[in-house]
Amino acid sequence: MSAFSHRLLLGLLVILAACGSRDDGRETVRFWAMGREGEVVAALIPEFERLNPDIRVEVQQIPWLSAHEKLLTAFAGDATPDVAQLGSSWVPELVALDALEPLDARLAASRIVRTDDYFEGPMRGNVIDGRTWGVPWYADTRLLFYRRDLLREAGFASPPEDWAGWLRAMRAIKARSDPGDYAILLPLNEYEPLLALALQQPEPLLRDGGRFGNFRSAGFRRASDFYLRLFREGLAPPVANTQISNVYDEFARGRFAFYISGPWNIGEFRRRLPRDRQDDWMTAPLPGPDGPGASIAGGSSLAIFARSRRKDAAWRLVEFLSRVDVQLRFFQLTGDLPARRGAWAAPTLANDPYVAAFREQLERAVPPPAVPEWERIGQQLRLVGERAVAERLDAEQFGAIMDADTDRILRRRRSLLARGTPR
Amino acid sequence: MTVRRSLVGWIFAGPALIMLGLFFFVPVLLAFALSLTNFDLYSLADYGNTEFVGFANYAELLRTPLFWKALGNTFYFVVVGVPLSIAVSLGAALLLNGAATRLVGLFRTALFAPVVTTLVAVAVIWRYLLHTRYGFINYVLDAVGVAPVDWLGDPHWSMPAIILFAVWKNFGYNMVILLAGLQTIPSDLYEAARIDGANSWQRFRHVTVPALGPMLLLVSILTMAGYFQLFAEPYVMTQGGPVESTVSVLYFMYDQGFKWWNLGFASAVAFALFLVMVLFTTLQYRFARARGMD
Repeated sequence: MSAFSHRLLLGLLVILAACGSRDDGRETVRFWAMGREGEVVAALIPEFERLNPDIRVEVQQIPWLSAHEKLLTAFAGDATPDVAQLGSSWVPELVALDALEPLDARLAASRIVRTDDYFEGPMRGNVIDGRTWGVPWYADTRLLFYRRDLLREAGFASPPEDWAGWLRAMRAIKARSDPGDYAILLPLNEYEPLLALALQQPEPLLRDGGRFGNFRSAGFRRASDFYLRLFREGLAPPVANTQISNVYDEFARGRFAFYISGPWNIGEFRRRLPRDRQDDWMTAPLPGPDGPGASIAGGSSLAIFARSRRKDAAWRLVEFLSRVDVQLRFFQLTGDLPARRGAWAAPTLANDPYVAAFREQLERAVPPPAVPEWERIGQQLRLVGERAVAERLDAEQFGAIMDADTDRILRRRRSLLARGTPR
Repeated sequence: MTVRRSLVGWIFAGPALIMLGLFFFVPVLLAFALSLTNFDLYSLADYGNTEFVGFANYAELLRTPLFWKALGNTFYFVVVGVPLSIAVSLGAALLLNGAATRLVGLFRTALFAPVVTTLVAVAVIWRYLLHTRYGFINYVLDAVGVAPVDWLGDPHWSMPAIILFAVWKNFGYNMVILLAGLQTIPSDLYEAARIDGANSWQRFRHVTVPALGPMLLLVSILTMAGYFQLFAEPYVMTQGGPVESTVSVLYFMYDQGFKWWNLGFASAVAFALFLVMVLFTTLQYRFARARGMD
């Protein structure tokens, strides 16, 4: 053997030894977490590994933008992780693929994850066909961000609680404002504000077990009529978020007084609004048709994959991340709202006036329909909503187009349900 | 003798043909077969859920407004981008060919550099350049009195911004081909033209362009085929937005295939794009032949 091949052999042995050293008898749990959560959760893992010396956690951080594709590709390629963070709307999709492990038995036996401590809406989003497929990690919903001073100047001491009061307030603000200013910003590239209004209605958005769209129902007509009216009356500008140079600047300047958005904007408003405006903004639960209304239940869940060979270890990680104190630390690290009521008793959350409205709203949060096609239907809601504003369609036409599109998207589901195959 | 010679020929061509067959023709045929099925998320759960649907995906495609919008956006990109790209390449090649400086090598490398840099990395830089408020492009426009343009946020400007970026990224490649072509034009042709009293525009029009004919044809076919497959630029810069103004056919296909996992439908999109490209390349070739450019 030449000196070269000796060195090569030696090199190979070193590499082999390095590989071997990772195998220290601990079980490795592969955990996929997305975006900011993926960055931050790494700080919580050492404590878990200290409490569970037999488990090693390998966190893979996946960008949000490609997370959904990566999960489906991983399923197709038989490379799913043991446990993953899932956007709430992805759970039905992965359940249809039989990719997830039902958690009911583990939940019933767990002394840490107590389902009755969770907000009902986010929890319900994880239940499909009577079985639970995920545990909410953090909760997300949409509500009103508003300018207190503008509302006060228009003669309203407190934020509106129902649609009639909301409409009165918006008209009063618009009447007092400069030309070119508006009462509310409803960006046309987001369907969530309209969806939130639609989820306040008693009628479901899909009918017959998710076989057909239900957008011609009285409920959706009421919601879309209210939504379109805001544009028709000139209370909301017909623009997308991207056409507004900077939402925070415009809000600070009073270009609009109401904005429907989610918890991440609490931090953004604190950081980006000028100091002399910091006392002028507040959050409020979303007004409903007659009194405080519902909103969208969203957020992320933790789910275990059916093909995992380390389900028990993965479940211990889920339990750890669901502990009240860990939920609280996670909130402090990310600003993501805890999905458990227990965590909200802590002073950081209980004394924060901006998150108080979210606490109230989460009690009235409703998950969107749990069909795998929902995200596509949501995209359609955005496209048709944009068109309805641009072409001044009425609620009737809006519902008819949505139903036609939705029924087409659900055609495949219908034919499979008729054969009795999918969930 | 001839049999043996042709056998030798087949043996030499064999490995390439096998590779081509295995990695090109077979996948293409499979993709076509896939485009005749309703393979989607439910098929992924259970392959038994897949059904043969004939040309239903194609019929559906023609009824999808977003496909037509994507096709329109792609045509916009091709019709503006290809001539612009070739013009810039030709201009740069002429400058490099005519320049009597020892820095030619440096310039050639500098102008070629964008081609070999990673698209994702330069896209980040371009996002800064195109930034509405802090971008250098708007800074320059502001200096000449043009109001700031929201390049990536305004649906009217998003595609021009993408074209600008793509042309900058790609023109170096064609420039090198055209430069090689320019260097093969014998200088006595230019001398003869000059003696006949042709000015520099006439020399360009009647000597350079005809001599470059085959090169220009090659370059235009390659560029067109490449530009029809617009994907990475909008994927990195705009994610198809704002208001679907930068969704290309390939982007639409990607969304259908890998976002919604409608692989049958996405394969149909791929074949539709393939047909469009075959059609246009053929037309281009015919046009060039009619004018004696090949």
